[in-house]
Amino acid sequence: MLKINNLHASVEDKSILKGINLEVKAGEVHAIMGPNGSGKSTLASVIAGKEEYEVTDGNILLNGEDIEDLAAEERAHKGVFLSFQYPVEIPGVSVTNFIKTAINANRKAKGLEDMPAKDMLKMIREKSELLEIDRKFLSRSLNQGFSGGEKKRNEIFQMAMLEPKLAILDETDSGLDIDALRIVANGVNKLKSEDNAVILITHYQRLLDYIKPDFVHVLYNGKIVKSGTAALAHELEEKGYDWIKEEVNA
Amino acid sequence: MDLKEKLVSSFLAFENHADLDSPIHDIRTEAIKTFETEGFPSKKEEAWKYTSLNSILKHDYSVFPKQENAIEYSDVKKYFIHDIDTYNIVFIDGKFASHLSQTTHDGLDVCLMSAALSKPKYRLIIENYFNKVATKDSLTSLNTAFAQEGAYIHIPKNTLVNKPIQIIHFSTGSEVALMQQPRNLIVVDENSHVQIIERHQSLTDNPVLTNSVTEIFGNKRAIVDYYKIQNDNVNASLIDSTFVNQKRESHISVHTFSFGGKLTRNNLNFYQNGEHMDSTLNGITIIGDKQHVDHNTLVHHIEPNCESHQDYKGIFNDSATGVFNGKVVVNKEAQKTNAFQSNNNILLSDKATINSKPQLEIFADDVKCSHGCTIGQLDDSAMFYLRSRGIPEKEAKALLMYAFANNVLETVKIPELKKRINKLIATKLGVNIGFDL
Repeated sequence: MLKINNLHASVEDKSILKGINLEVKAGEVHAIMGPNGSGKSTLASVIAGKEEYEVTDGNILLNGEDIEDLAAEERAHKGVFLSFQYPVEIPGVSVTNFIKTAINANRKAKGLEDMPAKDMLKMIREKSELLEIDRKFLSRSLNQGFSGGEKKRNEIFQMAMLEPKLAILDETDSGLDIDALRIVANGVNKLKSEDNAVILITHYQRLLDYIKPDFVHVLYNGKIVKSGTAALAHELEEKGYDWIKEEVNA
Repeated sequence: MDLKEKLVSSFLAFENHADLDSPIHDIRTEAIKTFETEGFPSKKEEAWKYTSLNSILKHDYSVFPKQENAIEYSDVKKYFIHDIDTYNIVFIDGKFASHLSQTTHDGLDVCLMSAALSKPKYRLIIENYFNKVATKDSLTSLNTAFAQEGAYIHIPKNTLVNKPIQIIHFSTGSEVALMQQPRNLIVVDENSHVQIIERHQSLTDNPVLTNSVTEIFGNKRAIVDYYKIQNDNVNASLIDSTFVNQKRESHISVHTFSFGGKLTRNNLNFYQNGEHMDSTLNGITIIGDKQHVDHNTLVHHIEPNCESHQDYKGIFNDSATGVFNGKVVVNKEAQKTNAFQSNNNILLSDKATINSKPQLEIFADDVKCSHGCTIGQLDDSAMFYLRSRGIPEKEAKALLMYAFANNVLETVKIPELKKRINKLIATKLGVNIGFDL
């Protein structure tokens, strides 16, 4: 599904990603861990198509197609979804109206008519129940005044509505209490299938207790320096990142 | 002959023609003298520093249209808020169009200024209110000198007017260039409530210059909501001067939606003569090309315990230029005043300009006054957020602009009007947003 080859990326001439190689197949869950400033969020943004980042070398293939020249919305149309670490507040646009607009924009890109209002309502009801989201919440302005947990739950709600092929969850666990974490993880697990893939970007092992990764990668200083199974995450939880840094710098 | 000379010489013919016994004969004569002395304002004047009238004064305007033109309702229906019942006062090239209008004298007067100026039964109101709050600046004086036609609305006390009143001015383009000077007088007595929608619409590309003056009097506990739709075509210019005199416990709001025209200058002035009242001045401006919109506001807090709220949003594309000049004066006696002013702008192009200037003159010491002004671009991270959900760039921009203007739209109290404004904004932004915000 996703194949990243020797990816180098920079922002404002500052090199951040320095040769990433990663392959994610349909049905897999990959966790990307690493200390602050290692380039995790940059990797997520580059895959999703944020314009500020410049790919200076290497490429990203989505189902075999190089997506470098695609705008963020075109990547979304091809099934890429990014759950933001810091979702943006948009006053004046309700959660419902926003998701309707997004769904119909994706349908339009595929040459489909707008989703009938009845189907939309039904889907919104199902998915909001899955994430234990209150109806009142849906008429509030997008992310405005939401707690950290509400913002993250809303991200996963959008993911549930948009049904992406490749979901990248950027620190979705940060700022969540244990109940919210359980709800979010439960939502992600229910949405998982053999046809889609998930990349979890996280600092901590905690989320991985709920969403089991098939592979764990450690990103440090713009490169994946270690890959392994879920056991690697436990090792990191126990020993921290210093031993990795030492290994790399040795 | 330049426009000023033409107007001054036209006045003689006009006034000879008019009723010399008219209660406003002396007022008109005085007014033309003021205009003759002062002429059109120039950029040398502080209040006109960023707005030049030169380009719109060079046309050879007809001051009095030669012929009457009929237009069919079906051709102009779209300019009406037609999905609800309303009173309508409609003018074509400055002349009253009875077939498009719905006026009344049943419990309230929704009719014509020409009638109010000529019939004895209105004389008292005219003497008490006409030209009593309008300032004596040159453009207002010019309008006063030629004051003849416009809307006359008098709501007697304890009257809740059950449907909005629309005042619409059409120009047909039958004249090569037309100058119009409508004059409106609105008197709302104690405990009464009225909603008014005003629109100027040119039906061709021929140049039109409208110098409009509206006086609004809100007596004790009156509620007046006034909405101005300025979405005229590219060769129509508008100078709109509105003067509001409020009495105690009244609530008066004026919304100005400026989406079109060549040059638009809004002079909006509120005078608070009493305690415990509030004044609301809201505006949304969305323009592009070489359009120019200038909002010049004044709120004068004269007595204690009053509020004023100003919220103006502007979105400027291409080489459009905007001006916001908002003045708040708080008299020494006007303690416990709450005056808020905010002017937020988005520039979508490197060539677009906004000049924003708040002016606060506060002479009282126990007041809350705030003003804020922002000028920015659309937020990149918000754009990325929307686009990452599959919303294309153009729609994402439009959505953010809607969001930006939304808190002003929210304050529109007529749902059908709100829908219409939503639609106008979508058209203006070139998108079709599938929902009403």
